[in-house]
Amino acid sequence: MLITEVKKKENILPFIKGKALFIVCLGCKEVYFPEKEYLMLKAELKTAGVDINNEIKLDYLCNEDYTKDRFAIHKNEINCAETVIVFSCGVGVQVFSGLLPDKKVIPGCDSLYVPGFSGFTPSSYDCGQCGECVIGITAGICPVKSCSKGLLNGQCGGAKKGKCEVSKNKDCGWEKIFNRMAALKENDGKLKSTIKIRNYNK
Amino acid sequence: MRFTELTKMGRFVITSELGPPKGFHIEKALHESEIVWPYVHAINVTDNQSSVMRLGGLAVCKMLKDKGIEPVFQVTCRDRNRLALQSDILSAALFGIENMLLLTGDHTTLGDHKDAKPVFDLDSVSLAHMVKKMEEGKDLAGNLLDGEPPKFCKGAVVSPCSEPLEPQLFKMEKKIKAGIEFFQTQAVYEADKFEKFMKRVKEFGVPVYVGIVVLKSAGMAKFMNENVAGIHVPENLIEELKKDKEKTKSGQTGVEIAARLIKELKPLCQGAHIMPLGWDDKVPKILELSGIKAEK
Repeated sequence: MLITEVKKKENILPFIKGKALFIVCLGCKEVYFPEKEYLMLKAELKTAGVDINNEIKLDYLCNEDYTKDRFAIHKNEINCAETVIVFSCGVGVQVFSGLLPDKKVIPGCDSLYVPGFSGFTPSSYDCGQCGECVIGITAGICPVKSCSKGLLNGQCGGAKKGKCEVSKNKDCGWEKIFNRMAALKENDGKLKSTIKIRNYNK
Repeated sequence: MRFTELTKMGRFVITSELGPPKGFHIEKALHESEIVWPYVHAINVTDNQSSVMRLGGLAVCKMLKDKGIEPVFQVTCRDRNRLALQSDILSAALFGIENMLLLTGDHTTLGDHKDAKPVFDLDSVSLAHMVKKMEEGKDLAGNLLDGEPPKFCKGAVVSPCSEPLEPQLFKMEKKIKAGIEFFQTQAVYEADKFEKFMKRVKEFGVPVYVGIVVLKSAGMAKFMNENVAGIHVPENLIEELKKDKEKTKSGQTGVEIAARLIKELKPLCQGAHIMPLGWDDKVPKILELSGIKAEK
């Protein structure tokens, strides 16, 4: 079981560029989705001038194959969006981001850990449920889970030929982040100016 | 003396490195440090180097300090959370330690306690930020420190020959923003690559002390090329190590290469950091050959 918490307006607004597509995962029975808070945030973003081009409500976003099939149905809405904001657990947003290598995909929620069984769809993506989702500034790739040390402020000196110092079979998460940022022509200014320190009290 | 002051005075800063032993008998290590000390400005004391459990760096720094030898206290984030780190950093201030090198640290699985919990509560950037806050009189949680705040000269590492280089430059800039005042580098064997790197980082205006790892054998060079991040020993140096096996075994080839590198790289940077990896007794010879002596 895990809980998603909708991000505050000020933590999303700076990342939205151009036409926005909202993807809402109404989830599975393992994830509690705060629908009321989502509607409030949507209204606030609208008032702040965000051009909400479309809103698509889905479920089981974490299931890669299932989500791939839905892509075909919603191709047009996805194509004309400049920013895709995904309101789901951390796995859902990463699956979506992974399917859209050329698009800016940002998380609309923070995933919080609750003891017990969490989720049931096996996925190649992992969410650390840190409660402070940063993948909006890390090109849709989670540094907490894709970096062996869970580093939040950039690559360590241990990567060789794109692989992590821990294993030659493991990609360096931060190198993936930088490569994707370069592909998206994303500016690293925001990432450079924020010194992230994880709050383990969440 | 603080490295930043030495650099301001126009001195070429020379440091060596001491790996604490796996045990608490440090007579040998202290003796070797005394031999090296006249040639260098300070000696770095590593922190459970390569994730192998050893005698504590802070204790060794204090022992060096008592002998009149200037230590550089290396601090990694692998083994301690933010409370333990701050506590040790205050202890370092109590012992009069001035220079620190702040690192993320190797992963636990690389060392001799592979089943240990990797801490990484902070990383090199947030560690630097935390020390800066302490220098401003507050701990990381914002609580006031009693009395005069500590004052350090804060260093970090960078890998000039890393491929790709961009993530390294990104982190270097972030470290400077977090308060880092000098850099010691990963081992450099290629002057042209280092020159390009120095051109890129010149605008940062922070002193860079080039890392020199003494080559012990052709096998070691090949191993590093295959396994150690950011290090590339070019083929001509490997050939040189292969040529005269006896000379290489005695350490003479490694000493000559290190001395040559220092001579070649000196005009490009503000200092050199020699990592002898146990060959501490060869440091004086390297510096004598390179014609450089620490001006104190």
